[in-house]
Amino acid sequence: MQTLLFYIFAGLTLLCALLVVANPFSRNPVTSAMFLVLTIASLAGIFILLDAFFLAAVQVLVYAGAVIVLFLFVIMLLSLKEEERRQIRKFSLITGLISVVAITAVFARAFLSGKLRRPPPMPAVAGGTQPLGELLFSQYLLPFEIVSVLLLVAMIGTVLLSKRTLE
Amino acid sequence: MTHVPLEHVLFVSAGLFLLGLLGVIIRRNLLVIYMSLELMLNAGNLALVAFSRFNNNLNGQIMVFFIITVAAAEVAVGLALIVALYRKRQTVHVEDLTAMKL
Repeated sequence: MQTLLFYIFAGLTLLCALLVVANPFSRNPVTSAMFLVLTIASLAGIFILLDAFFLAAVQVLVYAGAVIVLFLFVIMLLSLKEEERRQIRKFSLITGLISVVAITAVFARAFLSGKLRRPPPMPAVAGGTQPLGELLFSQYLLPFEIVSVLLLVAMIGTVLLSKRTLE
Repeated sequence: MTHVPLEHVLFVSAGLFLLGLLGVIIRRNLLVIYMSLELMLNAGNLALVAFSRFNNNLNGQIMVFFIITVAAAEVAVGLALIVALYRKRQTVHVEDLTAMKL
């Protein structure tokens, strides 16, 4: 049952990611944002199947809740029209495909080297709130505080950038 | 989750990363490029969570927690930059934004 659920979520993730990047029916950024929500939600499902419960909740709250809303606000703010159908340049298509094929080759080599094959997973460490919190506030206390400073800097920077006059 | 091997999770992660990369290279709208960047970050997160689960080690999940935080900050600053740029130039199409001087 869980195995089946994993493959359903995996297929949904990849399908929606494809529709974010290259939707044949619409070039509208709003459509891309909506499919990004679906991608992130099904990724949260995979996280739950991998016993990362806290991260699944954070994924839904932060990405689907905050980041996508920010994206949608900006799209509405800029009142973008449907992106006019400019020809996708041959050059960018070719370079894109070449780099994708190259990285696929690197991944394939890594997968085929056979080092990854392991027996099915051992008894799980569940990534609930308590074990993660204990780790976060003991071993990773300093990075946690530094990240809070980073968020403060990002907030000040955003306010500064959004002022009407940049000077 | 007892029967899914590690490789299959990593296949999904690699596929997600490749789709994000393709989007960054072929799309011409700054906002969609940003969304593709988010896809690539999420692919990295998925790989970290999978390794963390299959090694019985929570450190990978802590890493993902920090990545999500930094990605949120990055999106906030990046979108503010895009809005500031749009005010000056009235476009978010990367082919119209080739000059470095505003």
